[in-house]
This record gives sequence, structure tokens and C-alpha cells, in this order.
Amino acid sequence: MSGARIREAGDSALIVEFDERIDPEVNARTIACAGAIQAAHVAGVRDVVPTYRSVAVYFDPLHTDYDALMTCLEREAASFTSAAAVERAVVRIPVCYGGDLGPDLSGVASFARMTESDVVRIHTAAIYRVFMLGFVPGFAYLGVVDERIAMPRRATPRVRVPSGSVGIAGVQTGVYSAETPGGWQVIGRTPVKPFDAERAEPFLMEAGDSVQFYPIDRVEYDRWT
Amino acid sequence: MDVAEVTSPRGPAVSVIKAGMLTTVQDAGRWGYQARGVPVAGPMDPVSHRLANALVGNVRGAALLEVTLMGPELEFEDERVVAMTGAQFELWLDGRQAPSHTPFVVCAGSRLKFGARQLGARAYLAVSGGIAVPEMLGSRSTHLVSAMGGVGGRALIGGDRLPLGDPSTRGPALGPHDPIAPLQSPASGQPILLMADRQTSGGYPKIATVISADMAVAGQLAPHDTITFAVCTTAEAMKALIAQERVLMAVEDRHS
Repeated sequence: MSGARIREAGDSALIVEFDERIDPEVNARTIACAGAIQAAHVAGVRDVVPTYRSVAVYFDPLHTDYDALMTCLEREAASFTSAAAVERAVVRIPVCYGGDLGPDLSGVASFARMTESDVVRIHTAAIYRVFMLGFVPGFAYLGVVDERIAMPRRATPRVRVPSGSVGIAGVQTGVYSAETPGGWQVIGRTPVKPFDAERAEPFLMEAGDSVQFYPIDRVEYDRWT
Repeated sequence: MDVAEVTSPRGPAVSVIKAGMLTTVQDAGRWGYQARGVPVAGPMDPVSHRLANALVGNVRGAALLEVTLMGPELEFEDERVVAMTGAQFELWLDGRQAPSHTPFVVCAGSRLKFGARQLGARAYLAVSGGIAVPEMLGSRSTHLVSAMGGVGGRALIGGDRLPLGDPSTRGPALGPHDPIAPLQSPASGQPILLMADRQTSGGYPKIATVISADMAVAGQLAPHDTITFAVCTTAEAMKALIAQERVLMAVEDRHS
């Protein structure tokens, strides 16, 4: 793995960039780096945000010692402490696949030249990594999806995708945590909310977590909701 | 807390007679949760936000009303100091013209009505004590797309009653919170300036970032306005920000 790069993004953010690829190892290093920067508690830092392969550090330029922050970022970006990943339990998410809750399941099956139940079997067999959260509160980018079912985004996005919809976009999969426009291939829906402000722990997932989907039928889905 | 409790609080409140086009509750923004995909929100024009709070003696970052293009009509239930900053609107207090960028007193039963907009896009109306809607993830700021904060995550509607804080309590001054504004450039050639409600990640390639000191200018842009960009070094950006900070701190000192 090559070295990290630090670049300015305006006068109030710095970005630590690692290798540009979707790779669990690069992502683990990114998340570990974000955690270490957060733990350093440099005065003036207001948000530390990891993505697939970069960490955005937002700071208040009037209340931050820029040199101290840069020294911290350089140190943490160079440190190879592989994500001493806190072993968290696999997050298991029930999904009702196909039908009106998963209108693109048949399309993904045609794309993959297999049956719908084969698509479901492949989608539920994998343990996915939460690479990052973004887009809307609680939305987790999961991967890596088996190439056989890694259908690209829809050519025309839907104006409204219901909250709880489970989608595929190439090698990414995820659960819509709010009703938004969206172009992912929707193969099912979960009754579990990825984000619920009223819950003791509002967020179902965090970056670095492991996630596995399991199938439920419509009766069980209705019972949950 | 559910929306019903927010819209009919038991304590002192301000009633919304007419909501205006897009009036939202905004504090300094919901910082600290972008790693969970939560947008920051907060004011589009952070300088006017801070000035409005300073003028009524609120803590920096207290929640107030951000008014866009067409303003609301409000009725107060107790005596308060209020101040409007940012865009220039005609402002009517019980039928008489009220000043902008100047604090004034409203009485129990007073009606404050926004009139015609003369300049800018967004006005900030601070009320002494602040708008005391419940915090969500540490902030009262409204973010419409994620339906979070403010009053049920939405813009105000007629009939809302907004709880007000105790004007006598003045907490410690908080740090200023100015969002950053990356300039995105989609293939269509029409650049996009990401402001307070931007997503936490993603989008088109970013070609530049508006400096913190000029966020207030960008936050006052209205449809059909024209702007031009100028290249600037980080040192120049800091110089502008420090100059702006001196002015803001002088106003805060004068009104504390």
C-alpha cells in the first residue's frame, strides 16, 4: 500500500487520502486513521469523516492550531496500525425480497442469468463490510457484492425510493435509510430502520461493521412493521 | 418528543400566523455526525445568524428563524427582544415599521409581519431566549431532506407554536460555526455551490471551495442573481476571516 496524501479543501477542511480503490484493507486503514485523529482531540476540530479511502477533517480555522493539526494528520496517516478492529457482532438485517417491495429483483436475475431465488441466495450468503456512511443519515455503503449479481445502477433514477429499500449498485449494496430519489436496483425491503432518532442507539451500523442480510417472507415483514 | 408537543408547548412561545415561503429553525448546525451520514445544516449565512443572536443578547449559535424570500407573520405571547439581520425585508410590528439590524422590544400579543423583500435572499430573526425546540443529535437545526430537527424536521406552517427559551440565561459563548462550500462541476457545465444542507459525501468533482469569510455572501444569493469567482490563497482567506471575526466580536461585546 502506498503512502497517504494530505490536501487542503478550502480554509476549513483537510483531507487525508489513501489509495483510490474499493478495498477492505485500504478502508480499514482509513477508518483506523479517522479514529486516531478523533481520539487526538485537536482543539478546533469539528468533524472527522471517513469515506472509502479518505478522511475529511473539518476544523474552525480561527480556533485551530493549523500546524498542530497537520502534524497530527501526518502522524496518523503514516501510522500503519492496522485497524485494531473492535470485534463487533455481525449486524443481521431481515429482508423481504422481490414483489412490490423489490421491483428490480427480476431485472437483476435477468442480468445475472439466474433465478430470483439464486440472486437472493447470493445476496444473503455474503458478509458485507460497511465501507462508509453517507448520502442520508444512517445510509451505509456495503460491499463487496458478488460480481455475478453486481448490476449497475438504473439508467433513470426513481424519483422516490421508500425507506428500508435494499438496493444494488454494481459491487455496492445498501439500505435506503430515508425516502429519497435513487438509482440503485431495489431487490427487497427491510422493516428495520438504519436510522431512528427515537432509538437508544439511533444508528444501526457504523463504518467498519460487518453486515449480513437474511430473507423473510411478506407475512413476517408485515408483522415487523 | 413528538411533534404535537413541539407545536403546542406549555411554556412561553411564539405563534406562527403565516409561515412565509420557507422559514426554518436553525442553530449553528449539527456538527459531529457526518461520519454517520448526517448533514450539518445550520444557517446559509452564518454571519447574519451570529449578528442576529448578538443583537438580542443570545448565546452564539442559539436557534433562530431563517426566512427565505418571503417572510412569516408571528404573534408573541410575552415580552421579548427581537432582531432581524441578513436580507432586507420590510418589517411591520403591529402595523408600524420596525428596524432591521437593530434590536427592538415586542410585547405580549404583538404581531410581527415580514413585508416586501428589498435585497438578499435570507433574513435571520432572533428572539431573546432563542427558539427552544428539542435538540436532535445535539442540534436544533432543521434539515428538510432528512426530516430532522426544528419542528418535526420541516419548515414552519401556520398554526405552529414555537417554544422560547429563558431570556435571562446566557450560557458560555460557543465557537463560530461556518460551513464550507465546495464548488462542484457536473458535466452539464453548470457549477453547483454546496451550502449548509449539502450531503456529507459524494457528488461531482470539486474544483474549488468558497472561503469561510464569503459564505455569508453566497448565502444571500437569490434566483437570477449573477456572481463571479476570484482566485484566492489560503493566507488571503484567513486574513478576510480574521477581519470579519473582529467586526463580529465587536458587535457581540457591545451587546453582551
